[in-house]
Amino acid sequence: MTIVLGVLEEGLIYAIMALGVYITYKILDFPDLSVDGTFPMGAAVTAMLILKGVDPVVTLVLAFLGGAAAGCVTGFIHVKMKVRDLLSGIIVMTALYSINLRIAGKSNVPIFSKETIFENEWLTNHVPEALDPYVVTIILLIIVVICKILLDLYMQTRSGYLLRAVGDNDTLVTSLAKDKGMVKIIGLAIANGFAALAGCVYCQQKGFFEISMGTGTMVIGLANVIIGTKLLKKFGAVKATTAVIVGSIVYKACVSLAIALGMGASDLKLITSVLFLGILVFSNMQDGRGKTHA
Amino acid sequence: MLELNHIGKYYNAGTVNEMCLFDDFSLTIQDGEFVSVVGSNGSGKTSMLNIICGSIPLDAGSIKIGGKDITRMPEYQRQRRIGRVYQNPAMGTCPSMTILENMALADNKGKPFNLLPGTNRQRIDFYREQLHFLGLGLEDKLEVKVGVLSGGQRQAMALLMSTMTPIEFLILDEHTAALDPKTADIIMELTDKVVREKHLTTIMVTHNLRFAVEYGNRLLMMHQGNAIIDKCGAEKAEIKIESILDKFNEISIECGN
Repeated sequence: MTIVLGVLEEGLIYAIMALGVYITYKILDFPDLSVDGTFPMGAAVTAMLILKGVDPVVTLVLAFLGGAAAGCVTGFIHVKMKVRDLLSGIIVMTALYSINLRIAGKSNVPIFSKETIFENEWLTNHVPEALDPYVVTIILLIIVVICKILLDLYMQTRSGYLLRAVGDNDTLVTSLAKDKGMVKIIGLAIANGFAALAGCVYCQQKGFFEISMGTGTMVIGLANVIIGTKLLKKFGAVKATTAVIVGSIVYKACVSLAIALGMGASDLKLITSVLFLGILVFSNMQDGRGKTHA
Repeated sequence: MLELNHIGKYYNAGTVNEMCLFDDFSLTIQDGEFVSVVGSNGSGKTSMLNIICGSIPLDAGSIKIGGKDITRMPEYQRQRRIGRVYQNPAMGTCPSMTILENMALADNKGKPFNLLPGTNRQRIDFYREQLHFLGLGLEDKLEVKVGVLSGGQRQAMALLMSTMTPIEFLILDEHTAALDPKTADIIMELTDKVVREKHLTTIMVTHNLRFAVEYGNRLLMMHQGNAIIDKCGAEKAEIKIESILDKFNEISIECGN
């Protein structure tokens, strides 16, 4: 049971970030590596704010905004300075490593014993003890569902239409008298906002910020998105956002399974990349053709 | 009125491969004109459209619309007054969005793309009516993704979408070239209907000499960055395909083809 809850918890946290990767990878077709920097950035911002006594719920919003700002920088570098998409992400990711250290002051900041969205007075007073083991999962589920609904709603707005159009056919966006560059920047801002939000939640759940926690975020996000969309392709009615969330949990389950089968925690990144490779190869075989980039 | 004044455009300037496309090219198009543009490959037809729309920068000269200089205006801003249909039917629509969503996108041109609902439910009947005008039965397939439509259907939608909001100019860039002859005829008739109904100033580049002769009230033949035929009004009405074809052969021989 603990394992199942663990899988759900981590899967749900990464699902928030995967919603962002879904925007960049699936909608904008932009391999955005800056999430490797914005994920820990969200955590760094959160750790600092919580130590200063800021309400944990407020940190969710501020972390999102921080990530969105970083996403704007990636977009600006790509759109206005005409740097290739992959490189723009790498530049921002690299810069964020130092910026995150600046924000946090050191490479490891514990926030144990502080109030978080998972452990606070209100919860202790209002939640019956029998529910205790499930509190974290339930709160995460609520956050993920809210994020998903907001994103789905956004996609149905005029601005959301334009975002979908820019990935589909950016010539049309120009024909609609809109600056396609601006639309891409907005998309990257939202995506990195989600990544930072995931970092914020991760930090509050684990109780610390750690500088290297973002390494491989993008790979995990991509794996989640691809697993989810491939797995649920058959059910046409399932929304892509739902698929991404399911994919995140399935992916986490696979990793846990590998660890349960005797791999050590130090093999985590190896498992991640082998699993990711497996998914890519598998989905290429399903498509019957190789994608030229990932 | 659209004015191209002393346009200069060179490719690979300053290298041995320097190619002069336009040198001091001027053209004025009056409001309400429907200009058909023909010419061999590389004669500057599509480049002229790209220059008008701002897709490629100018090396010399200026462009004015209604007396206002738009030479430095970015492409997307010019598009507010211009509707453009491309040769490739995929360029004018979003394949992964539904017909309804595509119509709504086009309908919102010129309005702010904010957080209001993307599709205004009250406009659906209007979209149906517009699609009905195409006569392709698309009005009953509003929830179908545009990606599954045929090239002809998509081009018809692209035409509809580019002319849905009030525009001053319609730019047609070989918009029937990728279609089979029958569909091309249908699209061309539709184009004529739309242009008449909305009184659009139109520039149509085409390789189809019959379309160039049958439609529009002015005909241009481009050759090496110049208009070697420019007929309008009654003169245009008298032009026969044969005479254009003769001229074509003449310039081809000149070029050694």
